[in-house]
Amino acid sequence: MNLFKDAGHLFRVAAVFLAGLLVFLIVRSFLVPRSFGRYGHYRANAITEIAALPINYAGHQVCENCHGDVQEMKSKGGHKGVACESCHGPLAAHADDPASVTPAKLDTAVLCVRCHQENIAKPKTFPQVNAADHSGGAACNSCHKPHTPAIAG
Amino acid sequence: MSITRRQLLILLPAAAIAWDYVVAGTPEASPNYQMAEHWWAMLIDVTRCIGCGSCVRGCQQENKVPDGYFRTWVERYHVEDWRMEYPSVDSPDGGKNGFPAGKETGGKNFFVPKLCNHCAESPCTQVCPVGATFVSPDGVVLVDQKYCLGCRYCVQACPYGCRFINPQTNTANKCTLCYHRITKGLTTACCEVCPTGARQLANLKDPKDPIHEFLRTHSVQVLKPQMATRSKCFYYGLDGAVR
Repeated sequence: MNLFKDAGHLFRVAAVFLAGLLVFLIVRSFLVPRSFGRYGHYRANAITEIAALPINYAGHQVCENCHGDVQEMKSKGGHKGVACESCHGPLAAHADDPASVTPAKLDTAVLCVRCHQENIAKPKTFPQVNAADHSGGAACNSCHKPHTPAIAG
Repeated sequence: MSITRRQLLILLPAAAIAWDYVVAGTPEASPNYQMAEHWWAMLIDVTRCIGCGSCVRGCQQENKVPDGYFRTWVERYHVEDWRMEYPSVDSPDGGKNGFPAGKETGGKNFFVPKLCNHCAESPCTQVCPVGATFVSPDGVVLVDQKYCLGCRYCVQACPYGCRFINPQTNTANKCTLCYHRITKGLTTACCEVCPTGARQLANLKDPKDPIHEFLRTHSVQVLKPQMATRSKCFYYGLDGAVR
């Protein structure tokens, strides 16, 4: 059996490889996050981390829990489809703590023209005015009520 | 006290299992949300967009997007009827503060809101060398901010120009379809603040979602269909001049 005369060398080399493999596997278990590969070639916990980011816009359902009267009024006017925070801004902080965080008063002369200033690219059916001609710079809410904008009569 | 070989052989697997438990990481949050029941999409009605920029402002405030960078933006197209292939497009500051009135010079004018198309076959996720960006099981293209190297491959790969490098973190950034909101039952910030309903979030796996009725009864289009990205932003009333 001359063939296996020096097999001892091979076993030693194999042992070195095996030890290397073991070190590789241990190091790898430290470096690769456990959630990597759960759904694909990425870290599945990243999804959870992104889902846990803070919310700034509370959503109109939350507003309506307390401000049902405004919602009731608004539902009768042309702005029924416009969400509260579309004009009032992000107010999740106010919804979480209504006592200490109060929404800022809005300037209708600035706010209304964001949508209603006339522009060639706006759909022709959308109500739009040239604010300077229409009101001469006066605040819109001196005639229109923002929640029910049509002027009666 | 000394350990025999037999005791050591019993202890080692037990220690391995304990270690496995330690490094397993955080368990899944939001228990009421099932990823398997959602396949997110967005419906954009171009005919309703008034170019007010509410979506752009809403997105920037919700997601703390740095100034001058956009996860969503609005473009204004001016198309002459005799040269439809060469529209002129403007988007001052992403349409964040609206658009100048413009002069009537013939041709047609319209607004097109844009955002990440959350492609099912997204070119941007395919080029990431480190597995930092991916299509989540519920169909949202996300970026793992801890894994991203900022190599910009994905920024180049997106055919819609929807990605940027955040100068504060030096990592790729993009629309997450407000993943932190939609997994809690809210709509996206842009859809929430859109005053005309030009944007609507849709769950294609929900048979009761109104998008199914809409897609059945309307002609819709996606951007750059020739790229075969299987985009999930469906545009209604989209003009052929839009790129």
